[in-house]
Amino acid sequence: MNLPYYPGCTLKANAENFEDSAIKVMEILDYQLIEMKDWVCCGTVFSMTTDDLMLQLASIRNLLRAEEQNLNELVVLCSMCYNTLQRAKQFITEDEENLNKVNDLMYKENIRYQGTVDIIHLLTVLKDRITFDKIKEKVKKPLSSLKIGGYYGCLLVRPQEFAIDDFEDPSIIEDLFSSLGAESIAFPYRLECCGAYQTITKKDVTIKRTYEIINSARRAGCEAIVTSCPLCAFNLDQRQKETAEEFIEFEKMPVFYFTELMSVALGGGWDKKWSKLHYVDPQPILKEKGLL
Amino acid sequence: MSYEISRNIIKNELVEKIEELSGQNVFDCYQCGTCSAGCPVVEYMDIMPNQVMRLAQFGATEDLINSETIWICSACLQCSTRCPKGIEVAKVMEALRSINLRKRIGTLDPNKIEAEELQDLPPIALVGAFRKLTG
Ligand code: SF4
Ligand code: SF4
Ligand code: SF4
Ligand code: SF4
Repeated sequence: MNLPYYPGCTLKANAENFEDSAIKVMEILDYQLIEMKDWVCCGTVFSMTTDDLMLQLASIRNLLRAEEQNLNELVVLCSMCYNTLQRAKQFITEDEENLNKVNDLMYKENIRYQGTVDIIHLLTVLKDRITFDKIKEKVKKPLSSLKIGGYYGCLLVRPQEFAIDDFEDPSIIEDLFSSLGAESIAFPYRLECCGAYQTITKKDVTIKRTYEIINSARRAGCEAIVTSCPLCAFNLDQRQKETAEEFIEFEKMPVFYFTELMSVALGGGWDKKWSKLHYVDPQPILKEKGLL
Repeated sequence: MSYEISRNIIKNELVEKIEELSGQNVFDCYQCGTCSAGCPVVEYMDIMPNQVMRLAQFGATEDLINSETIWICSACLQCSTRCPKGIEVAKVMEALRSINLRKRIGTLDPNKIEAEELQDLPPIALVGAFRKLTG
């Protein structure tokens, strides 16, 4: 079955391993992720001011493109794209005046934006459409004895109306990894922000966040963390370099996109080129568990 | 810190602007402190989220607009989801940032990011930071 999807820019750069592994995993599950045409960056962060419609255009233009291409839905992988597209759509379509104004701003477009395209996160597709029971049947290499902490961060669960699961106590990532044979651990800081884009102007803040989040996972017994956000991945993985310099007793932990480990479990294997996009080498733990 | 409280100060235009941009009524806040308790970066702020709300009620807008806090907030929405009064504190923070950004005041000058750093940073960090922090 074909599923139209919106990749977003980071999946074409620093997070190629995310896109690559997602496509591979979905193929194993008999779904083709088909990249929509003519997309642009969604703008990454939702603008929360009531009056500035220009800041919503990046997201809305993507949704308009999807309507033009007769798509009913868009699957999204990146948590931030997911969040921003959802909220922009809601903000513009729930108010007729906003909707009209935005369409007037985009007067050169061939059609008027209506808001007919649904935005779905890949995790939701896995849970509701494919189901974890089906995924379990397809496991070739169970992630046995691998202790995984699912990191949700902010945007998969907040705001509440777009949470992909219970916003205070989600279990979708834990349930997915249990079905892959791993030991899922719901560690305390899994819903705590990593500092997001502050990683540029307030690097010290994000380093401390990384320190606290990884330590929280370590204390709960996790051996690796999984995420679905390239910014979480950047802060939690790449920033471990600075974290280790700052805190001498800090022990590094590998950070994966959930789809990378799904690929390993479902027989898609580990692609060596994914390793280069990680800071903490993911291979030792995979070797130790006999998964490589 | 000491503040003069008077009708003139409380009814100041900037409070109205904050309310307009955020869509929130700052006088709804009853100072329970839940927003500050859950904020992951509160330790770096000069004014805690609940204090932001209180100062807005007093009309102490200059202090808010010049605060460090609004540039430390990472828009994680923890405060907004937990406020028992349903106030979206994150939107108040955004309004305060926007008032600055619209005067071209921000904390990130793209030209000042070091080349070496720029090489490593993913688009998602850059675009996000430019939109939230560049005036
Ligand atoms: S949120 Fe990130 S990955 Fe998604 S389109 Fe925007 S910048 Fe790209
Ligand atoms: S944890 Fe950080 S990067 Fe991830 S969704 Fe939250 S703010 Fe974004
Ligand atoms: S949680 Fe809400 S009511 Fe409580 S202090 Fe914060 S803004 Fe005010
Ligand atoms: S949105 Fe800002 S103020 Fe609110 S909890 Fe998050 S970082 Fe703190």
